[in-house]
Amino acid sequence: MSVTVYVPRDSSALSLGAEKVAKAIAQEAAKRGADIKLVRNGSRGLFWLEPMVEVATPAGRLAYGPVQPKDVTSLFDADFLKGGKHPLALGATDEIPYLKKQERLTNARVGITDPVSLDDYLAHEGYRGLKNALDMAPAEIVKAVTDSGLRGRGGAAFPTGIKWNTVLNAPGEQKYIVCNADEGDSGTFSDRMIMEGDPFVLVEGMTIAGLAVGATQGYIYLRVEYPHAHQNLNAAIQAAYAAGYLGKNICGSGKAFDLEVRLGAGAYVCGEETSLLESLEGKRGLVRFKPPLPAIKGLFGQPTIINNVISLASVPIILDKGGEYYRDFGMGRSRGTLPIQLAGNIKHPGLIEKAFGVTLRELLYDYGGGSATGRPIKAVQVGGPLGAFMPESQFDTPLDYEAFAALWAVLGHGGVVVFDDTVNMADMARYAMEFCAIESCGKCTPCRIGSTRGVEVMDRIIENQDRASNIQLLRDLSDTMLNGSLCALGGMTPYPVLSALNHFPEDFGADSKAKAA
Amino acid sequence: MNQLDWDKNAVQAVIEGLKDIPGALLPILHGIQDRLGYIPPDSVPLIASALNLSRAEVHGVITFYHYFRETPPGKHTIHICRAESCQSMNSRGLEAHAKAKLGIDYHETTADGDFSLEPVYCLGNCACSPAMTIDGEVYGRVSPERFDEILNEVRAEA
Ligand SMILES: Cc1cc2nc3c(=O)[nH]c(=O)nc-3n(C[C@H](O)[C@H](O)[C@H](O)COP(=O)(O)O)c2cc1C
Ligand code: SF4
Ligand code: FES
Repeated sequence: MSVTVYVPRDSSALSLGAEKVAKAIAQEAAKRGADIKLVRNGSRGLFWLEPMVEVATPAGRLAYGPVQPKDVTSLFDADFLKGGKHPLALGATDEIPYLKKQERLTNARVGITDPVSLDDYLAHEGYRGLKNALDMAPAEIVKAVTDSGLRGRGGAAFPTGIKWNTVLNAPGEQKYIVCNADEGDSGTFSDRMIMEGDPFVLVEGMTIAGLAVGATQGYIYLRVEYPHAHQNLNAAIQAAYAAGYLGKNICGSGKAFDLEVRLGAGAYVCGEETSLLESLEGKRGLVRFKPPLPAIKGLFGQPTIINNVISLASVPIILDKGGEYYRDFGMGRSRGTLPIQLAGNIKHPGLIEKAFGVTLRELLYDYGGGSATGRPIKAVQVGGPLGAFMPESQFDTPLDYEAFAALWAVLGHGGVVVFDDTVNMADMARYAMEFCAIESCGKCTPCRIGSTRGVEVMDRIIENQDRASNIQLLRDLSDTMLNGSLCALGGMTPYPVLSALNHFPEDFGADSKAKAA
Repeated sequence: MNQLDWDKNAVQAVIEGLKDIPGALLPILHGIQDRLGYIPPDSVPLIASALNLSRAEVHGVITFYHYFRETPPGKHTIHICRAESCQSMNSRGLEAHAKAKLGIDYHETTADGDFSLEPVYCLGNCACSPAMTIDGEVYGRVSPERFDEILNEVRAEA
């Protein structure tokens, strides 16, 4: 009987040589006459162990990693196809503590199934949420999402059910479901892992959203930097059409939903929802004034749900197991789970899906194992390039939207980027201003001009020119950007800048008096 | 006789195939760049007239997006990630090394036409920082030494 061997085709695994490993395994198996079935799964998200090869044995799936092509002969020699002993053996995959301690709801299948196999998706509880939704009235579907307590995972944490309800009640000839798959925030990759590792769950979530509000057309706005996600999404969409899960008559219900992927073109601001809509319409990605909200006047002027990948991919399990099931995870007003992305200078980087409430310290040390360089961790930036830098004194903060807000920090899309003590926070503040200047859409002055001035002011601070007054200027400039910007690109760039200054004044050559916020 | 140094028929085919879909401009620009490697400025009037837009509008869209280019790229395009996670793992060192090694700055192409160098702000490979791509192929944990190895591999494949 053939033995199933899993070698991830996740981009990060590929970036570490997974393609060559897969080829080497196929060749070696052919040479030895071993009967194997090679499945190219997504990644389990244990990136220090990638490329991580798994073998299906009667005792369950066993893992080996990190595997390089040169290890393949010895793996066969050790009879790894039967779970043989080898220096790279990691034991049962599910027992690896990093994985075992997680609560994987949204990512339940990622790394387990063949991402582009509809059969595999169905065999692992796929499309059960849609089946339920097809028997429900639109308002009931919206209620289930509202009851789950799900808040948008793209950054702003707006309650998803409330947004859907607005679109449900908005009059419009043609409503749209738009998935924000721009994932521009540095330090984040959970959208990518879902789209590469379980694209059907996003397709299913969007289909349910369509049923919930009466939208018959969906678009996934995908960043061009994600070619593998593009391939897998298109494969999943094609398979869903072929099997009647998309199209004019979903599962024989008489209801229609069409879905298409559109590519972005390397503009960070196009992750902002109204800029994204402009871009989808074929224009420059200039941010729109609100109101009107996209829920009322969105794509092509029609009522539009726009949600992040993780928000939409969390909908199938909510419709399958019920809003309460999902809501029972989490703390306070942060319900359910968050796929946390641990990145940067960290020994064990990866994807950690946990109920809200886990602390930064647990993530950094229990999961992450400390910095990759072995030096002390000086700061973490949570929530992407517009997120605050947090010092060690804040590491006991639980992951909870309100707890972060209380510290003038944001959880955002759940990315945690780690820096050791060699980082200079004035350099990071300068970079934040520079990034804003490069990516500004140019519509409003505080952002467009403020960020350019900000880079100049930071240069003077770094070069020790008249520091005290330039630091004051930096604060004034930040104030203007905070209060005068049209969107969060200009409006939140002060978060990384001022948090760096306030928590690490010594890196700005400021004395502690400057610490007054 | 075709005086252009780009393939007008290819551009026309892309435009014809896509001009009627909603929001057609970005898909058309992608289609052209996929085929030619860049968007020839002379193709702007063709796109504009097919979509009933002004040339200025089309040009404005091309220049708004970092990904679109109006000049032919080198044989291989290298994108180095400049964002925070990669910085925490010394992408600044990698970037300096790459520029010195290739003898070019960002947005430039080597004199032999082999390599173009572009910045990128996150490749979603932050768990394997620093990251870069060559011709869309992604590489993780790229030290300066590894950069040289990869460059040699790419050269050897050509
Ligand atoms: C500059 C900027 C960039 C953004 N980038 C993204 C992004 O890449 N992905 C995303 O889902 N949301 C992004 N957002 C948030 C979106 O504007 C919007 O809140 C989100 O798509 C709503 O979906 P959600 O409620 O499911 O989170 C960005 C916002 C701003 C201001
Ligand atoms: S804050 Fe910046 S990105 Fe946002 S609308 Fe204003 S100029 Fe555009
Ligand atoms: S920050 Fe470099 S890949 Fe994400």
